[in-house]
Amino acid sequence: MKTLALALRNLLRNRRRSLTTVLAMIVGAQTVLLFGGYSRNITYGLQTDFVQSGGHLQIQRQGYFLYGAGNPAVYGIANYADVIAAVKRDSVLAPMVTVVTPTLQVGGIAGNFAAGVSRTVFARGLVVEDANQMRLWNDYGFPLNPRPSPLTGTSADSAVIGTGVARVLQLCGPLQVKNCPQPRATTDGAAGKTLPADIAALAAAEQPPGSAGGDARIELLAATAGGAPNVAALNVVKAVSIGVKELDDVFVALHLSQAQRLVYGNQTPRATAIVLQLTHTRQIPAAKARLEELLATAFKDQPLEVLDYETLNPFYGQAIAMFATIFGFIAVLIGAIVLFTVSNTMSMAVVERTTEIGTLRAIGLRRSGIRRLFVWEGLLLGVIGAALGVVIAIGVASLVNRSGLTWTPPGRGDAVPLTIRVWGETRLIVGTMIGLVLVAVVSAWWPARRAARMNIVDALRHV
Amino acid sequence: MNMPSVTLKHVAKTYRLDAVGVPALNDINLEIRPRRFTVISGPSGSGKTTLLNLIGCIDRPDEGEIVVAGEPVQRMPDDALSDFRARHLGFIFQNFNLLPVLTAYENVEYPLLLTRVAPAKRKERVLALLAAVGLSDKIHHRPGQLSGGQRQRVAIARALAPSPQLLLADEPTANLDSQTGAAIIALMRQMQREHDVSFVISSHDPQILAEADDAVKIHDGRIVSVERRGGEAEAAR
Repeated sequence: MKTLALALRNLLRNRRRSLTTVLAMIVGAQTVLLFGGYSRNITYGLQTDFVQSGGHLQIQRQGYFLYGAGNPAVYGIANYADVIAAVKRDSVLAPMVTVVTPTLQVGGIAGNFAAGVSRTVFARGLVVEDANQMRLWNDYGFPLNPRPSPLTGTSADSAVIGTGVARVLQLCGPLQVKNCPQPRATTDGAAGKTLPADIAALAAAEQPPGSAGGDARIELLAATAGGAPNVAALNVVKAVSIGVKELDDVFVALHLSQAQRLVYGNQTPRATAIVLQLTHTRQIPAAKARLEELLATAFKDQPLEVLDYETLNPFYGQAIAMFATIFGFIAVLIGAIVLFTVSNTMSMAVVERTTEIGTLRAIGLRRSGIRRLFVWEGLLLGVIGAALGVVIAIGVASLVNRSGLTWTPPGRGDAVPLTIRVWGETRLIVGTMIGLVLVAVVSAWWPARRAARMNIVDALRHV
Repeated sequence: MNMPSVTLKHVAKTYRLDAVGVPALNDINLEIRPRRFTVISGPSGSGKTTLLNLIGCIDRPDEGEIVVAGEPVQRMPDDALSDFRARHLGFIFQNFNLLPVLTAYENVEYPLLLTRVAPAKRKERVLALLAAVGLSDKIHHRPGQLSGGQRQRVAIARALAPSPQLLLADEPTANLDSQTGAAIIALMRQMQREHDVSFVISSHDPQILAEADDAVKIHDGRIVSVERRGGEAEAAR
């Protein structure tokens, strides 16, 4: 009779108690796995959002990430097209990269002079086709239906603004923005004034050929690379919700060519970042290393650096840390409950089997043998509870995922399906199982030690 | 030369009840002869179970020296003592003390697992012992499916499994009716002869006393007399 078989039979002696203990472990495993799967899904969702908009890696001028917001134009990358071409040619990078595209960030003031309102904004010039391609990235299989950018197929002077910008610039009406409260009438008399002549002249000079006039027009005032003011008249095609009010209130997207004309005029255009989107997030270390090698050799005349999406989006790290903290807190609570449940079960078993312990010791089983017997029982409870917990958690997660429930996560403007990722999350599953089994073994250890240290004569006398 | 199975010299044992010491055995000197059916008798509380526990190496004396199967055991480390019990001693208990989750076969097999007997030899030994105690048809029965007498037969087979030099039985017939008790006594006697093993039995059952080769009488923790039947009789030393 092997120790394992004996432990299993002993567990089956008091089936109700063993079942209750296993149930507690199942509930514990489920709680940990379902929350873990939920937070994992949020992590993947955030990552997908960031990667779809800003890529996995960005090549920037050194210092741009920290200081560039003050004067982005100064940190423009010269010959960015050569860098992009080199990346596309590179035999190491090319298989990993799905999109490599330039962007230009511009800080400025957007004004609706017809309404007499303006506000500071942060505009991003982008290559629309590349941006649309990036939106297709879906490495984690979310049930997404990516729509192309509203800038798709629009004239070069078109722009998309955040709903917050639309609200402040009083463009909700023309842009048909819902839930957009209008401010009370102001008394300073600015409203309705025409565009000042100098600004109007600047805007006309920057007007690209074939520009489309519309009901929603704004003027974007920005500093050129030389420090002089420049204005672009933009036709706003849509207001979109970014999900975060602070971003919604400053967001402007426009064609890269328009943004470059605004900042660099007739000079050679630059980009503040070259965005790289990879096939898989796990390729980041290899791609980053190769990029740094490439930049240090072929483009050493410019101080360039490579930043990953986690560095570029501190919120991502903060969100992960927050969920990790909550997950850890829940795991500790569950662990404590399991610990006391298994410990209680094993303690009762020790008391009930005191005479047996004495008998086994009398016929020659060592103290370690007694200890091993009870620890095996704890281990078995842990393995059975954790395994059933995983199976049931996968089932529950599947039910939730098929239920059609939706929610709007922070930082998003639209609802997403409520998804719990348990199936396929090997690390989460294995980690939870190992954790629960360890807790069960530790829980059984103390009663097992007590059993092993029993005086044989006292144990045999036990009634 | 017939070396004694057990030798006790000036053995004393006192139990502590709260802060009060209750002497259980006092200055015990005794030799258990090999291949004998030795019965320790005496009134309740006289110390016979304590004496049996000391001989069985499941308790340690406060004073004195105990030699079992040629080995001084009183200062043997716990693991070594466990191994010693597994190899040299067998136990039969008043309440049978079989493991309820194991079948008759598995209960008898268990001590052989502790002494790491090879599977084939183990099986042969277990089946032979169960046949010897008349339970060949009950090998897959668990203790709960056996009568008291059958359980005690399994316990006897278990005690004999590791081929011990000494077999200890504490009131083995106390929980059996007289007819079953008589059968168990006869079986023990038969096994003692067939297996050439020393039996030390604590009992006040007259049927067992009648079977004794050596009868040790104990009273208030002291040996009153040792009767070596078929010859010598000695008074307590």
